[in-house]
Amino acid sequence: MGEKVLLEVHGLRTSFFTDDGEIPAVDGVDFFIREGEVLGIVGESGCGKSVTSLSIMGLLPKGIGKVVGGEILFKGENLVEASERRMKQIRGNEIAMIFQEPMTSLNPLFTIGNQLVEAIRIHTKIGKKEARARAAEMLKLVGLPRAAQLLDEYPHQLSGGMRQRVMIAMAMLCRPALLIADEPTTALDVTIQAQILALMKQLNQTFGTAVMMITHDLGVVAELCDRVIVMYAGQIVEEGSVRDIFRNPKHPYTIGLIRSIPDIRGKKERLYSIPGQVPKPGAIRRGCRFADRCEWVVDRCRHEDPLLYETSEQGHRARCFLALEREGLVDERAAARSERA
Amino acid sequence: MLSYVVRRVLMVIPVLFGMSLVVFFMIRAIPGNPAQVILGQKATKEAVAALTHKLGLDQPWYVQYVKYIGGLLHGDLGESIRTGAPIAEEIWPYLAATIELSLAAMLIAVIIGVNAGIISAWFQNSWFDYIAMVLALIGVSMPIFWLGLMEQWLFSIQLDWLPTSGREDVRNPIEPITHLYLVDTLLSGNTDQFWQVVQHLVLPSMALATIPMAIIARMTRSSMLEVMKSDYIRTARAKGLSMFWVVYKHSLKNAIIPVLTVIGLQTGLLLGGAILTETIFSWPGIGRYIYDAIGYRDYPVIQSGILIIATIFIFINLIVDLLYAIIDPRIKYN
Repeated sequence: MGEKVLLEVHGLRTSFFTDDGEIPAVDGVDFFIREGEVLGIVGESGCGKSVTSLSIMGLLPKGIGKVVGGEILFKGENLVEASERRMKQIRGNEIAMIFQEPMTSLNPLFTIGNQLVEAIRIHTKIGKKEARARAAEMLKLVGLPRAAQLLDEYPHQLSGGMRQRVMIAMAMLCRPALLIADEPTTALDVTIQAQILALMKQLNQTFGTAVMMITHDLGVVAELCDRVIVMYAGQIVEEGSVRDIFRNPKHPYTIGLIRSIPDIRGKKERLYSIPGQVPKPGAIRRGCRFADRCEWVVDRCRHEDPLLYETSEQGHRARCFLALEREGLVDERAAARSERA
Repeated sequence: MLSYVVRRVLMVIPVLFGMSLVVFFMIRAIPGNPAQVILGQKATKEAVAALTHKLGLDQPWYVQYVKYIGGLLHGDLGESIRTGAPIAEEIWPYLAATIELSLAAMLIAVIIGVNAGIISAWFQNSWFDYIAMVLALIGVSMPIFWLGLMEQWLFSIQLDWLPTSGREDVRNPIEPITHLYLVDTLLSGNTDQFWQVVQHLVLPSMALATIPMAIIARMTRSSMLEVMKSDYIRTARAKGLSMFWVVYKHSLKNAIIPVLTVIGLQTGLLLGGAILTETIFSWPGIGRYIYDAIGYRDYPVIQSGILIIATIFIFINLIVDLLYAIIDPRIKYN
């Protein structure tokens, strides 16, 4: 893992424009990924994880989703302002992406070879034969047997796990600096999940590709990631190293997520679940977005928006007044207010 | 794949057989003695009996059917009552005229319809989309005879660009070889006549193309919109593929399958002879041939006409089925 920052996201706001007006899906998100780092983004469905990744790729549904604020700096270049032409050069070449549904993510009417060769030849000026050889080589690298034959097969002839390996091979063909993986193991069997995670770890180490791992599964995070971001209702609520987050979670939402991991040591209790649901985007009023589901909620949470406060651990931040008090830190904003008074 | 093709072709045989039965009994289900109908109310009993015998209608139905099927297998469709000529020979020039017109119309309908549908889906809710879909709506609801008349008025009478009707210039008749005039004029190397044939084709094929074009455009658009929401389209975009290739390679191949069904059905309909269009443009096609035969109660001709049209329909659907299998590898061959 290098120290150089590969991707920096500042104040990203992405909204969907529907008949009901503007619905903010991502609301002021800041984070960064270093070269070769594996960053986990965790949260329930609808918290803005996928929208964040689609914003980076410039693949928001046309005419509906739009980045309305902030910047996405990839190697110092602001992707929010990049032309579609430039984005085409970056997609699949410098930033690649794999998706949740391996069963439907490959075009059913083209052979695996056709789809892999195409991915190479968009970005590299090489002949078909050479591209085919490279594709076969990559299939071998992701652990698929009889790679040469596979090139002539159609997606429906492969299992889900094999298809996800093909997707990973396709993403890695141009040796991208960043791989965005949007719940790549969610649709797979548990044993296959473990294999795919091991493969991604291996590719991360072999090629030094940074990985942005979007998941709702803290198990995946523990397995694979260096750092984690916990998202809730379009905002980052906690950020830190995997070690800090698991050992010393600060935000009640993160605490709830960790408590809802099933414990294998056989305590026959009902599995914990956080009561309530993620507020609908757009339905957010003032105050902490988690307040309605939080067991430690205090009056202040309902009236004032908490900021992402630094904790005593380096790089560990949490958006909670409680964490602030526990740490004995001073809310800069409150301090400023009292000074004015 | 080959065995799939063979099996699919073999499946056509019972269909054709069943169809021949239906056509055979349909004609015989017409109330009254055809001989009486043909000869009129004032005909003598002897004349009616003679014609009944001549038509073979005095024999039991199974003898009639076997004779009829035997004839069909030899390519013998019987003789026209009106002209006495063998129908198999007589019908071809009409059929050729219809084939030429229908294929020209379908070519226009497919090229414009499919592309309009694609662009409408690509730029959904743009001004192009709105205009194209309003035009398509007008297209499907436009009475074709009115459209044909307007075309003649504008392009032939006002602008004098194109001939009003017919297949050829009567002052410069074409020597028929295959009766497909585009082919004939190319075979004889007469480019002047070739362009003449093209000019005669433009107006009727445009009129005939309108409805299929509108249906194809709407079908393509909705099919494309469906496909473009797919995960594999997002994958294609994430690879860095340009929208053009995403649309024309990845989306179109998937979206075209339901459109092919529509194209097949529409082609079948057009080949059945578009009586209105053929009448307005004095096009000597099979629709008018059968229409005239109905007027003369020429039963063998009507029967043969129905048989041929139905057969063409069956074969076009066969071709569409085979195309599915070529496009979509998931279609099971066994």
